[in-house]
Amino acid sequence: MATNRSAAYNDTVVRQFALAAVLWGVVGMAVGVFIASQLAWPELNFGIPWLTYSRLRPLHTNAVIFAFGGSALFATSYYVVQRTCQTRIFSDALSSFTFYGWQLVILLAAISLPMGFTQGKEYAELEWPIDILIAVVWVAYAINFFGTIGIRKVRHIYVANWFYGAFILAVALLHIVNSAAIPVSLTKSYSAYAGVQDAMVQWWYGHNAVGFFLTAGFLGMMYYFIPKQAGLPVYSYRLSIVHFWALIFTYMWAGPHHLHYTALPDWTQSVGMVFSLILLAPSWGGMINGIMTLSGAWHKLRDDAILKFLIVALSFYGMSTFEGPMMAIKTVNSLSHYTDWTIGHVHSGALGWVGLISMGSLYYLIPRLFGRKTMYSVSAISLHFWAATIGIVLYIAAMWIAGVMQGLMWRAVNPDGTLVYSFVESVKATYPFYVLRVAGGLLYLGGMILMLWNTVMTAVSGKAATMAVPQTLAHA
Amino acid sequence: MDILYLLLPLSVVLVLLILGVLGWSIYRGQFDDLDQEGVRILEQDQDEPTTLP
Repeated sequence: MATNRSAAYNDTVVRQFALAAVLWGVVGMAVGVFIASQLAWPELNFGIPWLTYSRLRPLHTNAVIFAFGGSALFATSYYVVQRTCQTRIFSDALSSFTFYGWQLVILLAAISLPMGFTQGKEYAELEWPIDILIAVVWVAYAINFFGTIGIRKVRHIYVANWFYGAFILAVALLHIVNSAAIPVSLTKSYSAYAGVQDAMVQWWYGHNAVGFFLTAGFLGMMYYFIPKQAGLPVYSYRLSIVHFWALIFTYMWAGPHHLHYTALPDWTQSVGMVFSLILLAPSWGGMINGIMTLSGAWHKLRDDAILKFLIVALSFYGMSTFEGPMMAIKTVNSLSHYTDWTIGHVHSGALGWVGLISMGSLYYLIPRLFGRKTMYSVSAISLHFWAATIGIVLYIAAMWIAGVMQGLMWRAVNPDGTLVYSFVESVKATYPFYVLRVAGGLLYLGGMILMLWNTVMTAVSGKAATMAVPQTLAHA
Repeated sequence: MDILYLLLPLSVVLVLLILGVLGWSIYRGQFDDLDQEGVRILEQDQDEPTTLP
């Protein structure tokens, strides 16, 4: 029995996380559409505290980043590390523990955030008992992942694993430092840092959460699933190595760009801005490397909807990693900061890069996990792709226009030094763009619901498959 | 800005650690045969579901 088990990959945990990712995607995006509607029509909170924007907004961000994105990262990293190391996962027990532990974190977040329990730190709102649970699950994840690398049957560690590994280690460090707090009761705690110190730690965390959770982890997906789906090796394997090391050397230093023109020392802001500009180089190196994988085989993009997801995701990665450094320039930031331009930027990365690369990877994984050649409906993948892409374009275009307009209205000054516009006038002018955003969000959510249906049909019409670990080892 | 006395040394230590891992991977031969490594994930016949007894 024991020999049989180690002869097969552990895909149970991959299946669990893949299904969870699709389900949480629908939930998180539905909450997003709901709060976007509240911004256009504030009556939608119905006077119920649990449904107010302030409580549902962190629920939305936690659900899409940690529940949807996190589950997709767990699923793909467990799949990729086993395949590229040609060995079964280090520990089945730890795999199960990370799945149920992570789902418990999500459940607790879904209860505690609407009840109003929060540490008030963006993307790190969860109160201290949940923070401890996250840390425990994350350590188990790290042991399981690096344990698998340790028992690998292939000497070389494939580049995707380097990205996943950096993501796991960095998130552990960021989470532990930023969540340091002094509890006063089970549901209330105070940050260990105060004032601008706290702000600096928060955005050191916040920016690197984007860099390592939402970038490095998903680049791991990119470096495995694009070559596999295209049937071609990555354009330049050497460049992928340079991409990895350059990215992790520079990312840690860019956080202060979130605190331009605040009480943070000026030189710290400038250091953050310069490192943000430097980041453009490794980011675009990686994007070009991924897209050029299709070099000489562009025709594949015409009929393969999964490849469309993956390649268009990279285009959005390129767009937002250009936009980000530009917005980190202090003069640009003086216009863009605190406006909806920032929201547009985040969603071009989140919907475009993180969302599309996850969906493409999941569409690759799910049929294989259920012993099928393809998803139940291939044309539904194509429809999903177009709904999502048009949705993103509507969303970010609306936020770009709204953001630049707000920035210009807020800084407009009369010759006598008084403001030309009151704040509420800028809110009123934003209304049509909020409505347009809801339309974009609805399209994106509609695509995700289609994916849920397609996934359920694939699971029902297929059968949980067990895949054997190859026995012939080329480079033991 | 006392916090910088934590964050800056932490970042410098991280850079040194990353350099250490980079050195390890270079001298342990991780990058010796880069022309082959990108192709290997495609060679493995790993995606065809095989039902085990």
